[in-house]
Amino acid sequence: MAYTITVNGARRRVDVEAQTPLLWVLRDELGLKGTKFGCGISFCGACTVHLNGIPTRSCITPISRVGDAAITTIEGIDASEVGRRVKAAWLALDVMQCGYCQSGQVLAATALLTRNPRPSDADIDQAMSGNLSRCATYTRIRAAIKQAAGLSTTDTREV
Amino acid sequence: MVRTSPVLPGSPVDPSRRAFLSASLAAGGGLVLTVSLPGIAEAGLESSDNQASTQRLGAYILIARDGRVTIMARSPDMGQGMKTTLPMIIADELDVPWTSVHVETAPVNPSLYGMQFSYGSLNTPLQYDPMRRAGAAGRQMMLTAATRLWHVAMSECETDQGVVHHRASGRRATYGQLASRAARLPAPDLSTIALKDPKDYRIIGHFTPQVDGPRVLAGEPLFGIDQSVPGMLYAVYEKAPVFGSRALSANLDVIKAQPGVRDAFIIHGNPAEVMSAGLLDGVAIVAERWHQANRALELLQVQWEPRDVSQQATAVFDRQAAALAEEAPREILRHDGDVNQAFDGAAKIVQGSYAYPFLAHATLEPMNCTAWAKADGSIEIWAPSQAPTAALMLVARTLKLDPSQVTVHMTRVGGGFGRRGDNDYVVEAAAISRRIGQPVKLLWNRRQDIQHDFYRPAGYNHFRGALDAQGHLVGFTDHFVTFSHGEEVALCADLPLEMFPAGFIPNLQFGQTTIELGAPTGHWRDPNYNGLAFAFESFMDELAHAGGRDPLELRLELYGPPRVLAAPPSRRPGLHIPPFDTGRARGVLELVAEKAGWGKRKLPPRTGMGLAFCYSHFGYVAEVIKASVDERGVPRIHKVWAAVDVGRQIINPAGAYNQAQGAILDGLGSALHQGLTIRNGAVVDTNFNTFGLLRMREAPPVEVHFRITDNRPTGLGEPTLAPAMPALTNALFAATGKRIRRLPIDPELLRS
Repeated sequence: MAYTITVNGARRRVDVEAQTPLLWVLRDELGLKGTKFGCGISFCGACTVHLNGIPTRSCITPISRVGDAAITTIEGIDASEVGRRVKAAWLALDVMQCGYCQSGQVLAATALLTRNPRPSDADIDQAMSGNLSRCATYTRIRAAIKQAAGLSTTDTREV
Repeated sequence: MVRTSPVLPGSPVDPSRRAFLSASLAAGGGLVLTVSLPGIAEAGLESSDNQASTQRLGAYILIARDGRVTIMARSPDMGQGMKTTLPMIIADELDVPWTSVHVETAPVNPSLYGMQFSYGSLNTPLQYDPMRRAGAAGRQMMLTAATRLWHVAMSECETDQGVVHHRASGRRATYGQLASRAARLPAPDLSTIALKDPKDYRIIGHFTPQVDGPRVLAGEPLFGIDQSVPGMLYAVYEKAPVFGSRALSANLDVIKAQPGVRDAFIIHGNPAEVMSAGLLDGVAIVAERWHQANRALELLQVQWEPRDVSQQATAVFDRQAAALAEEAPREILRHDGDVNQAFDGAAKIVQGSYAYPFLAHATLEPMNCTAWAKADGSIEIWAPSQAPTAALMLVARTLKLDPSQVTVHMTRVGGGFGRRGDNDYVVEAAAISRRIGQPVKLLWNRRQDIQHDFYRPAGYNHFRGALDAQGHLVGFTDHFVTFSHGEEVALCADLPLEMFPAGFIPNLQFGQTTIELGAPTGHWRDPNYNGLAFAFESFMDELAHAGGRDPLELRLELYGPPRVLAAPPSRRPGLHIPPFDTGRARGVLELVAEKAGWGKRKLPPRTGMGLAFCYSHFGYVAEVIKASVDERGVPRIHKVWAAVDVGRQIINPAGAYNQAQGAILDGLGSALHQGLTIRNGAVVDTNFNTFGLLRMREAPPVEVHFRITDNRPTGLGEPTLAPAMPALTNALFAATGKRIRRLPIDPELLRS
């Protein structure tokens, strides 16, 4: 079936079966490889994209359910001022280890800071706990979110 | 295939002595430096892998006429940062600005680079000194070229960030201007090359973000899973749930009729290679798109060779281990002094039985490989492997090709943790592409990734400790029940004979009994110690409490005054056990105690602090954890303090702290959530729903302190992992009085 979807501001036409997950449309039809496959059951967050700004697991989202939603992937995150700030903080603090989860982490963090510009540690826990980092880069993810928010990066959680 | 054992530093051979350099003119002008480095054995680091021991390693530097410096990154990068760290070392000694350096992933080339790999926390100890010398040699050649050009003495010239200056005349020449002249000079002797004073480092020791960072965050296709070849098809490969079983038949006609499926077929491999990561029997489904192949897989029915596997189950292993604990060990591995006398005369005897489970690696990027078998018989491969040279050799051997017909490209690796030192997925992709005669990307789904791993072996330690009236430890025994593959102890399921407190108390016995295992085992980050440290360090804590001693004080007493011990005899021929430096152990124990306020904090109810130490992969690491337990028994980790001694130089603080913190959190996630279930010979778990990883809300602050000592710099990929688990369980004991003797932690046992 033919679908026209909006990815990073551009209209893209694809011809795939209705149940094809958005993840594989992005990766293998449109060549946008930044969105990753991790678990296929929405448990790891590596496939996180935005649908109208909402972090969404593309591995369990069939193309037939996407409709007119504006899809944002890591390749298009620079279009938002918050996205640029998040990426700059990620690079300055050298958050990544292997890097495989990081596009999903950046998408989740950008969504958090867009709706909550000064998140607390509890807010970060809640917004980011769906995105696994197998290398466990959580210390730096937390610091980078705070840096992007203009907050102190010192970990002040209760000792 | 490369299956290195945990490798330990041996005789202090200076690796630089046998490194040599060759220089040549680059195409288009400029200087090419090729450095031949000693292999593992020659560097005084012993490995069970003969190929790694005998081949030479290489590095490659290009200084172009425009002054740009290209450094080839020879080792795979799966997040441990070697693509950045090794070039940093060269660039600093070469004395060029980091901003002028372009890092490229080296080709996999056995004749130029020898064995290329990243595992065992080995890159830093093997490469730190040779990479410095390679960079310094390049700098010296630039100086020499300038002095010949200007007819001045070397002593009158100096380098500064890619420029040679002649102080007296004010003349200057850039490396780019000098490169072609330098290329005609003889290469200097690396053993006598002058190295920088570490206080003059401008790159080494400075926070340097990973070179691939911007590309990863741009979504560029760097990982194995991202590789693409024109005309490429996609495949899944289903192997037997019972490891190594033959495929007899499958409903291939049904599969071939599914949408997008181009072909489906059985591949017959070699069941003898089930433990060594060769090609095993399976069913390949090839489709136009991967999700089509993966969906067709749901309909696949395969007749596997029937086998009696009723005894191959984690529940059965638990019962067997408990029964064996009542018997004498089948083999005595180590016996010091007179254990019977020590226990007969003891004021108090403490017993504890500890168990840790099988673990999968669960790298976030599932196993995958892209292969293109061409009409001329050659094959080209893109592999996210920790051991790409071994991958090349495995493919050549299995497909009966000459190694020169196999090209392997290293890709970025989405997590390794030891899993990708094995290359089963590479040879599978190669075999599928050979069969269909087209390029193919093989991608495992998460179920396959968890169910076809080389697992961290489970293990059972049955301890007894004898204390005298003052609480001194006078006797210690361990009956270690572990797993075998035939005559051999399974890989990474052996007990290192120097495991503390061996060597520090007069009467000690390590005994061993094995249970035959049908599942393959392998290297999982911080091999052996990742389970044994939990058992041994928890029991040390038990002994301290039983004797009324502070756990820190007991350890310091056992280690005694700072001294370097003679290396104990090794059970493995050719494996050098390093001398153990009690001063370094004491140093990190005292430092972590100071930073954590050990013994000085007033803690609320059901809150406690735990301490653990482990020496592994050349690193001395002590950790303290503060944790509390709620009334339902759920632990909360408040904070981790770690003191780490990996020698005189932290090469890249950006990566070093990240590795140390990540490995600690990795250990904590494992202790809290991970334990595989095996039933009827097969792994039952399929995904992160039952095999859990640590999540953000569970990740405590981790404060890492490096204790700098004048010792050879060593690696950080592994050694901070193991102490995290016992530091946590010891903290839970301090909080609740309940001893966790089995991982993963069961909150039911901690209810108030």
